[in-house]
Amino acid sequence: MARLVVMGGGVSGHTAATFAKKWLGKEHEVVVVTPNSQWNWIPSNIWVGVGQMTKEDVVFPLAPVYKKAGIDYRQAKAVSIHPEGKEGDDTPFITIEYTGQGKEGQTEEVTYDYLINATGPKLNFGATPGLGEGSNLGEHTVSVCTADHAAHANEELRKVFDKAKAGERQKILVGTGHGMCTCQGAAFEYIFNIEHEANKAGVRDNLDIKWISNESFLGDFGIGGLHMKRGGYAASSRLFAESLYSERNIPWLIGAHVSKVEAGRLEYELLDGSTGEEEFDFAMLIPPFAGVGLKAIAKDGSDMTDVLFAPNGFLKVDAKYDAGAYENWKASDWPRTYQNPTYSNIFACGIAFAPPHPISKPMSSPNGTAIFPTPPRTGMPSGIIGKAVAHSICDMIKQGPDAKLHEASMAEMGAACVASAGKGLTDGTAAALTVYPVVPDFEKYPGLGRDLDYTFGEIGLAGHWIKHILHHLFIYKAKLKPGWTLIPE
Amino acid sequence: MQQIENTVKPYDQNFTTMVPTGFVKFFRTCLIWQFIRFVIINFKMIRVVQKSH
Repeated sequence: MARLVVMGGGVSGHTAATFAKKWLGKEHEVVVVTPNSQWNWIPSNIWVGVGQMTKEDVVFPLAPVYKKAGIDYRQAKAVSIHPEGKEGDDTPFITIEYTGQGKEGQTEEVTYDYLINATGPKLNFGATPGLGEGSNLGEHTVSVCTADHAAHANEELRKVFDKAKAGERQKILVGTGHGMCTCQGAAFEYIFNIEHEANKAGVRDNLDIKWISNESFLGDFGIGGLHMKRGGYAASSRLFAESLYSERNIPWLIGAHVSKVEAGRLEYELLDGSTGEEEFDFAMLIPPFAGVGLKAIAKDGSDMTDVLFAPNGFLKVDAKYDAGAYENWKASDWPRTYQNPTYSNIFACGIAFAPPHPISKPMSSPNGTAIFPTPPRTGMPSGIIGKAVAHSICDMIKQGPDAKLHEASMAEMGAACVASAGKGLTDGTAAALTVYPVVPDFEKYPGLGRDLDYTFGEIGLAGHWIKHILHHLFIYKAKLKPGWTLIPE
Repeated sequence: MQQIENTVKPYDQNFTTMVPTGFVKFFRTCLIWQFIRFVIINFKMIRVVQKSH
């Protein structure tokens, strides 16, 4: 019997663990180690953040689902990886520290034959002084990165709406809280939902809503923007995004690194080196991501974290990490199998794998401050990668360690994205986008880097209905209800 | 959603952007048209999903 241990139970880890268990059956063991007791459909956190859904609508308990699937679930956080075992025992293992199941604080060693790192990111609020999610970690800004954060964001937003209703002019800032953030799409969706709700509440006239982000142009989204066919042209996502902001009377500040946040104000530096500050009554700023801080320990007890992990804390995989300057980047730099180059029984998926380099062109201010989006690895790609990794490991277990690995390069995969504005079935609109491939391939698609037949976007109710369907479909799938394997990632 | 005359001002940040006319906005929420678009967008997204697996 082989044992696969999956660290993380988010979109990627959950997909990998559930497919692996289905394919391996009772003959082999699948263990999931995640500090969370609930699974969260993160895209719908946006609706929680404006009060259109509750936290309970976007989460469900993991324990019964894993029990039904026959997966060994440990509610714990992974602390360290010991890929060579320890003195006197070559069996690789990880150490975990329980966060639930009545064993809070207890530590344990969990041996593995194969290991998947799908821990997701550490929300690195500490990178910008004062940035936070409303708790003692940072009380000045809010976040929608988790369901709890989003519920809190809504409470704070309602206070601002109440003041606006009473005639007090309020300022709202939404965007990214550091020069090296990703997930601009989440903030993009959130700002338009706030604007929509403000109109519904009749308080829009008393609100100044402003976008602030590290993108060098609106519509970059961390993927260097995209082009789509429109009116006989290949139109840039910049036109698409600027149009949305203009239509809703939302000004923007881009190329901005938020350097400090205090109560009601923040300081920023722009790509041209100038600095400034903005005041606000409510700010939702996405934090930068980092690895969760896992350590790797050698057999003799020495630290070998730098062997397994990149400096940003993400796991090294089969990517080309020495590509150098932007001009040298190629689509083939991106990983295909997500196997660690040093230990062939360790894989990573979702945000946890170390990308070879950003997708957007790196830029910095004259002061040397890096200001550009880091690459997104969430949503559809994250699920597809999780499934491919699970498939590879199942084949290695069944056919031997030399089995052919499955591939899922982000340079050969597309992504679908729906960004809503509102939740009503007849009064909201949404931007429905697809991009193919996620990582532009300028050799295969010279000029634009993408296949225009598979890259498109449009705004309307139809996208809104799709967003509703996706919400129910993916929660249904994650609960492993009948036919779940038929629903694509 | 606001009218162009209320949101766009000469030489403001948004003066050089593309803004939707009433015609475009009408079709964004026209139920019959959006049902047709719903079918088409689903078809397009399924093609991208198939190509990505």
